[in-house]
Amino acid sequence: MRDTRTDNVKRRARGTCREMLFSAGSALFVVATLTLQAQPPTQGGRGGRGGTITSPRNAYPDRPPGDPAAIERGKALYGVNCQFCHGADTRGGDGGPSLLRSSVVLDDQNGELMAPVIQNGRPDRGMPKFAFTRDQVADIAAFIHTFKAAGYDESRVKPPSIIVGDAKAGEAFFNAKCASCHSPTGDLRGLASKIADERLLQQTWLMPGSGGGRGGPPPVTVPPTTVTVALPSGEKVEGKLDRLDDFVVSLTTADGTHRSFRTPMNGGDAPKVEVHDPLQPHKDLLRVYTDADIHNVTAFLVTLK
Amino acid sequence: MPRGRPLGMAAGALLLCAASVLLRAAPDNGLDPATLLKPLADQWPSYSGDYTGRRYSGLTQINQSNVKNMTLAWTARLSSATTLRTMIGGEGTGEVTVGGAIAVKGAVLMVNNVLYVTAPDHVWALDAHDGHELWHYFWKTKGGTHIGNRGAAMWGNYLFFVTPDDYFVSIDARTGKERWHKEAASFAQQYFLTSAPMTVGNHIMVGTGNDLDSPGYLTSYDPETGEQQWRFYTVPMNPGDPGLDTWKDLDAARHGGGHPWLPGVYDPETKLYIFGTGNPTPAYHSKPRGEGMDNLFTCAIVAVNVDTGKMEWYYQTSPHDTHDWDSAQTPVLVDGMFGGSGPRKMVLTASRNGYYFTLDRHTGEHLVTSQFSETVNWAKPALNAKGQPVREPAKDHHIAGALVSAANGGATNWPPPAYSPDTGLLYVPTAETYAMYYLSETDPRGAMGLGGKDEIGVGSAGTYISAIDYKTGKTVWRHKFRTAGGGRAAPGLMTTAGKLLFGGDISGNFVAFDPANGKPLWHTQLGQVSNAPETYLVDGRQHVLVAAGDTLYSFTLYQ
Repeated sequence: MRDTRTDNVKRRARGTCREMLFSAGSALFVVATLTLQAQPPTQGGRGGRGGTITSPRNAYPDRPPGDPAAIERGKALYGVNCQFCHGADTRGGDGGPSLLRSSVVLDDQNGELMAPVIQNGRPDRGMPKFAFTRDQVADIAAFIHTFKAAGYDESRVKPPSIIVGDAKAGEAFFNAKCASCHSPTGDLRGLASKIADERLLQQTWLMPGSGGGRGGPPPVTVPPTTVTVALPSGEKVEGKLDRLDDFVVSLTTADGTHRSFRTPMNGGDAPKVEVHDPLQPHKDLLRVYTDADIHNVTAFLVTLK
Repeated sequence: MPRGRPLGMAAGALLLCAASVLLRAAPDNGLDPATLLKPLADQWPSYSGDYTGRRYSGLTQINQSNVKNMTLAWTARLSSATTLRTMIGGEGTGEVTVGGAIAVKGAVLMVNNVLYVTAPDHVWALDAHDGHELWHYFWKTKGGTHIGNRGAAMWGNYLFFVTPDDYFVSIDARTGKERWHKEAASFAQQYFLTSAPMTVGNHIMVGTGNDLDSPGYLTSYDPETGEQQWRFYTVPMNPGDPGLDTWKDLDAARHGGGHPWLPGVYDPETKLYIFGTGNPTPAYHSKPRGEGMDNLFTCAIVAVNVDTGKMEWYYQTSPHDTHDWDSAQTPVLVDGMFGGSGPRKMVLTASRNGYYFTLDRHTGEHLVTSQFSETVNWAKPALNAKGQPVREPAKDHHIAGALVSAANGGATNWPPPAYSPDTGLLYVPTAETYAMYYLSETDPRGAMGLGGKDEIGVGSAGTYISAIDYKTGKTVWRHKFRTAGGGRAAPGLMTTAGKLLFGGDISGNFVAFDPANGKPLWHTQLGQVSNAPETYLVDGRQHVLVAAGDTLYSFTLYQ
């Protein structure tokens, strides 16, 4: 559903899941730069000490880039002495914890917090001590600090194929539940060629218009939801549904005229409102599918080249 | 400090203007912490108004018979307010600017006819008579997640609030001048602070937020000096700590999250401060936390002694959560009849995971569990012996995708519920949504924080106010919001002895409902209502206050 999709795109853009975000329909949430007299204009350096916060990926300023020579020296020391336990990418390995999320590493600037741990070891946790000089520790720190600490890391998102289902079972499910509206040789002909991304294809058949979650436009156009308003006078007004809440229904008729009707709160001569949502069967099916059904139907639909 | 103290700004004649406003509105004695023990009525002096979290006001001037005549008293648009009286603090250089408009997403304090309003990096004092700005405090930020600020706390003439870059700040409520600020969490560890501090006696308590893998904690501070009194970690931090056997190892526990990012409630009889904790981290990956282990004390209701910070009891509402569904929601304290056991002192919570719980608040004993969202499908059909929902691992996230209800926002979220002793019902903003959860991190070591999965919404089955009977957990009525689309839950609620239930709907209306059945009695279109409404008296007249984004709307009844 559009609003849900928008919410999710926004959540992704802001990268946080602490709370539901309000729909983009409201002007209140249009991104605007807050200007106060005391606050200089927006042009802070990105990736440095300043910048504009639009997502948590830059909500926490990056460290200034380290000295390349120190990083190289540190990498060599780390590779020989640390990598076995803490992993080549510092995310942990055989026996050693992830350093990337360690409070010692996160709070450290240039080895001052790491030095006592490295030089004294942590015998209680099985970490030996290393006889590095303070300068060598600084080099190791410079290397470790090149890894970005972030929950959502785009560079790690490499989704493998999502096709795990049984195409034959998917076809049977399709014939039972979908074929009254859709046909593999009709409206869905060549579907998998039009939507090459498997996940986008799955999302699109589950809920056309829900998108693939990467912020791009949905690959199919969903016909608009329409509404019929039966007035107490007997007149019936039909059109594209623009807005509906507990108090007002708004629509656009075929000739482009905007009409709006108040629907009394508690009974009375309320206009009768009938909504025709083309996606209603898709919504109803959400309570019906098993995950296997979903995976099977997708496995079937990817064959519609 | 003398009242009407000059603001110390060279604004010439304007200064006189400002000072005269202050003379009219500034309190003599500020807020006596004992006031917070009183039932909610003429003021709104803390996050929930009083310690119970019920958001039930005893005021009856505006009631079911006359609410149809309730009308606008004034509006105040914060982002267009004058900056002449802005005080500036903060450790940032001023180079970081925040995208996104100002939005009030928390409580507004009303004490002695002054409103104290917050948004991330901002505090305003407004005259409650007409919304006129008395002063504005702006914090120059270093950064951090600017998702919302849930409000300020007050003690005497001091205000307290927290910042996204992890400072605990105190300002003089009369002047807006900063008293001091203290580092409350590590910015380098990517903490961010959003919670409203809570005042209990001479304790000011602040909880953390973090979306990486850092431990959650609640800190109590001295209101005069800002010195730490105690700190309670929500996860085991040392060998021998309780709950350690529910984690893979100590390193996992110490990176386990559990952030108490909303204010709690307080039981004066037992001196227990009772609050919810957030999700375990990494949020979506079981293996680094110990597959299937409970991960205490994340996603739990926790009671600590307010003087010592020592935990007295806990009850976990989501053992081993795998969907980032916090149980941090502010709980609700209710005294009432329960079953055959007569009068009982209870704590209620409707959790983001779609389940409702009644507990004994003195012991933590479990009394009731029910499923208040009809669509949530992440748990096995049967509860366990402790009354907890049991995770179904097939409904975690998977490479091929798992269809899960609820979507990440949950069946409910931070917008606070309300409870009316007149009806015995807890009113809960509820969303029934579905999303596909895809595993995107295939490294067996898992991801950090909120990483490692992609979640894509597929639709909503409706959004509601659910009215839940605490004795049975049964939903007595639901008001389904009519909508052309949209899946999020409505903003928070407030109810009164005037037999009214106030709250925004999901279409921008601010509505007064009948708490007995959810029927709308009055409404107005404001745009997106962004916080829970509040009510209080100004010069003896009842007002109802609500925020929509950067604008406050104050309603009253003229007769």
